[in-house]
Amino acid sequence: MAAVEELAETVASSIDTSGEPIIRISGMHKWYGDFHVLKDINLTVQPRERIVVCGPSGSGKSTMIRCINRLEEHQQGDIVVDGIEMTGNLKNIDAVRSEVGMVFQHFNLFPHMSILDNCTYGPIWVRHMPKREAEERAMHFLERVRIPEQALKFPGQLSGGQQQRVAIARSLCMDPKIMLFDEPTSALDPEMINEVLGTMVELAETEMTMICVTHEMGFARTVADRVIFMDAGQIIEENKPNEFFSNPQHERTQLFLSQILH
Amino acid sequence: MSSQDQAVQSYAPGEHPDLPAPMLTSGPLFWIKENLASSWLNITLTVITALFLFVVIPPLLNWAFLDAVYVAADRNECRELGSGACWAFVSERFTFFVYAFYPSGERWRVDLAFIMLILALVPLLYDKTPYRGYGLIYACLYPFIAYWLLLGGFFGLEEVETHAFGGIMLNMVIGITGIACSLPLGILLALGRQSEMPVVRMLCVVFIEFFRGVPLITILFVASTMLSYFLPPGSEFDLLLRVLIMVTLFSAAYLAEVIRGGLQAIPKGQFEASDSMGLKYWQSMRLIVLPQALKISIPGIVNSFIGLFKDTTLVLIIGLLDLLGLGKSALADAKWTGLSNEIYLSVAVFFFICCFSMSRYSLYLERKLETGHER
Ligand SMILES: Nc1ncnc2c1ncn2[C@@H]1O[C@H](COP(=O)(O)OP(=O)(O)OP(=O)(O)O)[C@@H](O)[C@H]1O
Ligand SMILES: [Mg+2]
Repeated sequence: MAAVEELAETVASSIDTSGEPIIRISGMHKWYGDFHVLKDINLTVQPRERIVVCGPSGSGKSTMIRCINRLEEHQQGDIVVDGIEMTGNLKNIDAVRSEVGMVFQHFNLFPHMSILDNCTYGPIWVRHMPKREAEERAMHFLERVRIPEQALKFPGQLSGGQQQRVAIARSLCMDPKIMLFDEPTSALDPEMINEVLGTMVELAETEMTMICVTHEMGFARTVADRVIFMDAGQIIEENKPNEFFSNPQHERTQLFLSQILH
Repeated sequence: MSSQDQAVQSYAPGEHPDLPAPMLTSGPLFWIKENLASSWLNITLTVITALFLFVVIPPLLNWAFLDAVYVAADRNECRELGSGACWAFVSERFTFFVYAFYPSGERWRVDLAFIMLILALVPLLYDKTPYRGYGLIYACLYPFIAYWLLLGGFFGLEEVETHAFGGIMLNMVIGITGIACSLPLGILLALGRQSEMPVVRMLCVVFIEFFRGVPLITILFVASTMLSYFLPPGSEFDLLLRVLIMVTLFSAAYLAEVIRGGLQAIPKGQFEASDSMGLKYWQSMRLIVLPQALKISIPGIVNSFIGLFKDTTLVLIIGLLDLLGLGKSALADAKWTGLSNEIYLSVAVFFFICCFSMSRYSLYLERKLETGHER
C-alpha cells in the first residue's frame, strides 16, 4: 500500500489544475418532482484526477454522478463533459456516454450473455470494432481484473466480487476517459470488497479519471486526490484526503467521519 | 431409532463405504408407493382412475382401430364391413381436405410450399442447424417464395385465385402468416406502449385496447363486409388478404400485452447499464432488453400463437372454407351420412398435433434458454 500511496502522490502532483477540466459542473440543480435533490452543485474535475464522494445516505451522491452521464436529467445549471455540453440533444448524450464508464452497486451485468459477450457488445456496437479485436480487448481487460478463466461463463455463475470485476472490465473495454463508480462494493461480502477495491486501486494507477461514491475510507485515503463530502443535496466540503480526514472543517463532516470511522 | 434391526457398525473416519439404499427409497416399488398409494385418498383416486380407464379405453380402441373400416365405397359398405369408425370417408376426402379447391394440376405448388416451409422452420427453431446464417436468410425470403408459389400469376406460374384456398392449406396460410407477422408487430406495439413519446404511446394504447376489446368474429365480419364501405368504390380488396390483416392485428394486440409483461420484469439496472455504455435505443432493445423480455414471455407468446391457430377456424363464419368448414360441408354428402364423429375427430387430431407441437417446442426453448442464466 505504501507504494501505491507514493505513486498517488506523484500522480497527484502531476495533475495540471490550470488546464481544461474534463468535467465542469456549475450551478447545477435537480428536482425529483417537488423534491429539491441537488442544490447548486459546482465541481470541476481535471483529467486523471481521482475523486471520492462520500456523505450520508440520501444526500444525493448517486444522483449527482448519474447526472454526469445523464442517467438523470438536471433542470438547471450546466454540465460539460469532455467539452460536450449535456443538453437534451440525444446525439451528444450518446457521445458522452460512450466516453464515460459506469460501475453500479448491483453490477447490472447482462444475464443472458456470456462474460465475454458482456465485454464485447459495447465496443462492437458502439465503437464498431471488429469482433476479433473486441474479443482480444475483452480478454486483455478480463486478465487485468484477474478472471480470464471465467470468460465463457454466464454472470449468474459468478460470485458477487467476480461480477463486479467483470462490470469494471466491461466498462474499460469501451476505453472510457472517465470512470464513475456508484458504491461498487456496498453489495459485497467483506472478503470480496478487497478484491474489487484492489482492482480499483490498480485502475487508479493507470491515471484514469475516476469519480467514486464509496464509504471505503481506506480507499479514499490511498487513492483519492480529492474527497468530496455531500449532505442534503449540497457539496459541504472538499479537500485533499489527508486534510479531509485529519482536519475536517465543517461540523457535519466531523459528525459523519466520527460515525463512519468507528 | 431402533438399534436392533439396523446393524450398527462404525468405520474409521473417511473409510465409510457406499451402502445400498434402505428398502423402499428407490426403484419401481417405491415410485408406486409414492405416487399412486401414498395415502388413502390417493389409493382411492388410483383405483377409480384405473377402473375408468378400463371401462373407456378398450371400447374406444375397438371403435377407432380394431373394428374400423379403412377402405369402402360408401357408408353402407362401411357398415357391412365393420361396426367401428368409418375412416374410408376421411381417406376418400383427404386430398380435398388438404388442398380444397386448389386446381388439381397445380397442387405440387402447395406441396412444394409446405416442404420449403419445413426447411425454413428448421434454422429458425433449432439454433444448432449447420449454416444457420444462410438458413435464416432463406427463412426471411420464404414468405415471398410462398406467396409466389401459392398465388402465382407471374414468373411462369399460372395464377390461382384466393377463392380456391381452403382446407388445411387455408388454416396453415392464415395461421402461419398471422404468427409470423403478429410477433414483430406485437413487439413494436409493446415497445410503443412503453415509449416516452406521448403520441406514440397513446396510439399504441388505443390500438391495443380496441383490438382486445372486440371479439375476433366481429373483426372478421368487419373485414368481410364493412370494409368495402370505407374503401373507395371499385377497389377490389382480396377477402383472404383482409382476413390475414385482421387476424394479424388482433393477435398482435394480445402479444403486445404479453410482451409488455416481459418488458416490465426487466430490472431498471439493465436499461441503465446499456444506456451508460452508449448503446442507442434500438440497439439496447435488440441486444439487451428484448432477448430477456421475450424469454420471460415465451409461455404467454406461445399461448397466443396456439389461440391464433385455433381461431383460424372462425373464418368459417364469413364463408371461407377451412378444414372445419370443409368437414362440416362434407357431412351433407348423401353417400356418407351420419359420420360426424369421424370427421370432427380427424379435425380435432389435426389441430391437436399442431398445437401440441407448438407447446412442446416452447418447453424445449424455455429449458434451453434457462441454462446458466439464473443464479
Ligand atoms: N427516482 C427518484 N424519485 C424521487 N426521489 C428520488 C429518486 N431517486 C432518489 N430519490 C431521492 O433523492 C435523494 C437522493 O438520492 P440518492 O440515491 O442520490 O442518495 P445517495 O446519496 O446515493 O444515497 P445512498 O448512500 O443511500 O445511495 C434521496 O432522498 C432519495 O429518496
Ligand atoms: Mg446511492
